[in-house]
Amino acid sequence: MIGVISYLVFFTTVAAILSIAVLGLNLQWGNTGLFNGGVVASFGAGAYGTLILGGAPQESHFGGFGLAYPLALLGGMIFAGLLAWVVGVLTLRLRHDYLAIATFGVAVAFENVARNAIWLTGGAQGVRGFERPLRAELGDGFLYNLIFLVAVLIALWLVFLFLQRLTVSPFGRMLRAIREDETAARSLGKAPDRVRLTAFVTGSVIMGLSGGLYGTFYAFISPQDVLPILTFQIWAMLIVGGAGNNAGAIFGTFLIWGAWTFSGWALARFAPIEAQLYTGSIQFVLIGFVIVGMLLWRPQGLFPERLVVSQPGANRDKPQAEGLT
Amino acid sequence: MPDPLLVVSDLTAGYVPDLPILKTVSLSAGRAQLTAIIGPNGAGKSTLIKAVAGLLPVSSGQILLGDDTITGIRPDQMARFGIAYVPQSDNVFRSLTIRQNLDLALRATKDPAARLAAIFEQFPPLADKQAEKAGTLSGGQRQFLAVAMALAVNPRLILMDEPSAGLSPRAAEEVLDHAKALTTEAGVTILLVEQNVKQALRRADHCYVLAEGRNQIDGPADALLKDPALGRIYLGGERRVPA
Amino acid sequence: MIQHLVDGILVGSFLSLGAIGLTMVMHILRFANFSHAELLSIGAYSALVFDKVFQVLLPFSAAKIGPLSMTWALALSVVLAMAFTGASAMLMDRLVFKRVRARGDELSMVFASFGMALIVRNVIGLVFGLSSQLYSKDIVFAMVISRDPLLLVKPDQIFVFGAALLLMLGLHLLLSRTTFGFALRAVAENPVLAQVHGVNLQRMITAVWVIGGSLGAVAGVFYGLSYQITPVMGRDLVLPIFAATIVGGLGSVYGAVFGGFLVGIASNLALVILPSGYSPSVPFLMILAVLVLRPYGLFGEARP
Repeated sequence: MIGVISYLVFFTTVAAILSIAVLGLNLQWGNTGLFNGGVVASFGAGAYGTLILGGAPQESHFGGFGLAYPLALLGGMIFAGLLAWVVGVLTLRLRHDYLAIATFGVAVAFENVARNAIWLTGGAQGVRGFERPLRAELGDGFLYNLIFLVAVLIALWLVFLFLQRLTVSPFGRMLRAIREDETAARSLGKAPDRVRLTAFVTGSVIMGLSGGLYGTFYAFISPQDVLPILTFQIWAMLIVGGAGNNAGAIFGTFLIWGAWTFSGWALARFAPIEAQLYTGSIQFVLIGFVIVGMLLWRPQGLFPERLVVSQPGANRDKPQAEGLT
Repeated sequence: MPDPLLVVSDLTAGYVPDLPILKTVSLSAGRAQLTAIIGPNGAGKSTLIKAVAGLLPVSSGQILLGDDTITGIRPDQMARFGIAYVPQSDNVFRSLTIRQNLDLALRATKDPAARLAAIFEQFPPLADKQAEKAGTLSGGQRQFLAVAMALAVNPRLILMDEPSAGLSPRAAEEVLDHAKALTTEAGVTILLVEQNVKQALRRADHCYVLAEGRNQIDGPADALLKDPALGRIYLGGERRVPA
Repeated sequence: MIQHLVDGILVGSFLSLGAIGLTMVMHILRFANFSHAELLSIGAYSALVFDKVFQVLLPFSAAKIGPLSMTWALALSVVLAMAFTGASAMLMDRLVFKRVRARGDELSMVFASFGMALIVRNVIGLVFGLSSQLYSKDIVFAMVISRDPLLLVKPDQIFVFGAALLLMLGLHLLLSRTTFGFALRAVAENPVLAQVHGVNLQRMITAVWVIGGSLGAVAGVFYGLSYQITPVMGRDLVLPIFAATIVGGLGSVYGAVFGGFLVGIASNLALVILPSGYSPSVPFLMILAVLVLRPYGLFGEARP
């Protein structure tokens, strides 16, 4: 019984941490229409930043500044934001898919540096020497995990509230206006590039928070945690939940993370031993089918955005009408 | 009008299915005549011509060309029915040379070499510049290239969307004169949208006035030129209820 | 140094072939296709299968061509792989991209291509296994071109370079001499006007996929000849190919050729100053540099 509860706590903690990242992506894609192909870079920046800033000094790699935990976490978030800012400044004024390519590139380069710059990131060994906050007081047991879960849920709730407020604020309306019709928004005197940059950086800072919490939870981060598949997983969670809907995004996260862990367990348990090597491939194909299938059959997700300005269907004839106005 | 080539009846169309810009517009264009469509901004003139060309979805109404129903045809099938369309802007491929533009337009025709020679004879400046990118042409020359490309398929009907837009007054007159000459000399039927009301009316045989997506008045062009109702429509005065 | 340059030109040969197809798709269908590099994998693996079949059916075709490690069987297989990959690209469009496109959202296409890449890559891994494979296990010795500075070139490398140039020349003639080529360029510039002039848009889109897929197949086989065939080759090639298109300028076929060689050479020359582990980051740095210095690429035009 305790085993089940403790597993549920573990599962909920990870799902809640990932939910925060999905909410960050929802701000970028769902509300603003920005394609971030390198979610792992923001996530990883938050995790590496937090652990390097907050850890104990290390012989083997840079960092170990031993900053107070809130400062370390904040530093990780700022690092994620800075990275996003650089990419955003360079690409947001160009054709929209440049951002997709550049962010994808950041993720590749990030993993590459994490793996190779041993002096900076500890290389494949990862960042060591990080102690979870309040460990001395709470120990390593179930109690710690339970309190950590509460803290994560509070963080998730705060991010959710912040984004809900943002959605109905004038800024949120502006985001949707720009997403729906950039030319119109521009003619109304809005500066779409700057508004989009703000939304992009804010979304990445939120992903940085998620990464920071993830690193804290495991007290460890390595290149294995910033593999491209994480980007795909987070995207699948958002599209299943319904882009534009924050509550749906959280639900989608729990659903996909549940399905992911369950399929991993089921494959490990029931698949023949020769097939075990291919567990990952099978799971990856499933994630790919979730993404493509949702786009084809239910692009609005299981829980569509309620605040709709105009239907995407209004563009139905765009390929023909383009350039004619 | 006896035996018109193009008959549009009660056409309702727009960019978005539920938001018609044209509302039950009817018109006809006589064979070998220049028919002009005029009207204030936002009247739906360009929408009308695009709907005839198959570039916009038609929600109701009918378009007849001779004995063929051409309502809602695909734009790439227009040429098969003998229709050519000259858009208002971006009507040539700037990144292709003039020769390549013409070769492209001529590619489905029978004797492209002879036709190309005929076009060059008719538009000597195009022959001189045939190896240059179409993007380098002046506005007037570009309009002539666009018309030459439209003529390539030997059309029965040419749809022209504001051919004089953005041209110098002299170039505008040349383009319109050429359109008129095509109807009288080559027997082509032309349906023309124009902002340049006086210039268009002076050359047109028949003219329709649209406003707010509906027919207002129509009649022989020289009669309309003197009709005081025309001024009222343009000044946004009282509107006639469509018949 | 000179060795890195020569190796870079070789890498550039297959990057360019991959980038040509990608830049055409990105220009005409207006979306960044993250699954384009998977076409290289499909090409490489299908050639592997055809090669095995030919060696069984026509044993004499297993003979090597001159000094190359390439056999007649493989040469034939490349042609079939081009057709197969072109058809696969067409099928991917019909099943997925065309339907997403019908809703008119270009970024959803990017998203769909992300998912497609994941599916194709892992299905290949499931079918062919995760370990790498070779067309020929025979070791072909490099020719010593010069001893000081040391410069080694394999006959295969010269062949790959020459064949790539020949294909590019063929494409150049197609685009600049035939009305079919004019129609393709017309659709890229102004799809509506192209339709007005009787160009069948759907047919051109199919043609773009077939051209992109078949050039990608050749690129994949050349990659396999130079290194090895692995299910993750698409993952490793997607960024360099994107970099080539962005460096060259979106939509410019000549830009893609130039960009491919530039990225290939730069990635190899970077090894002079950077540890080899960092070479996957070089394409990204080139993308950043181009975005800072010349956002629309060296041959591209502003077309937001």
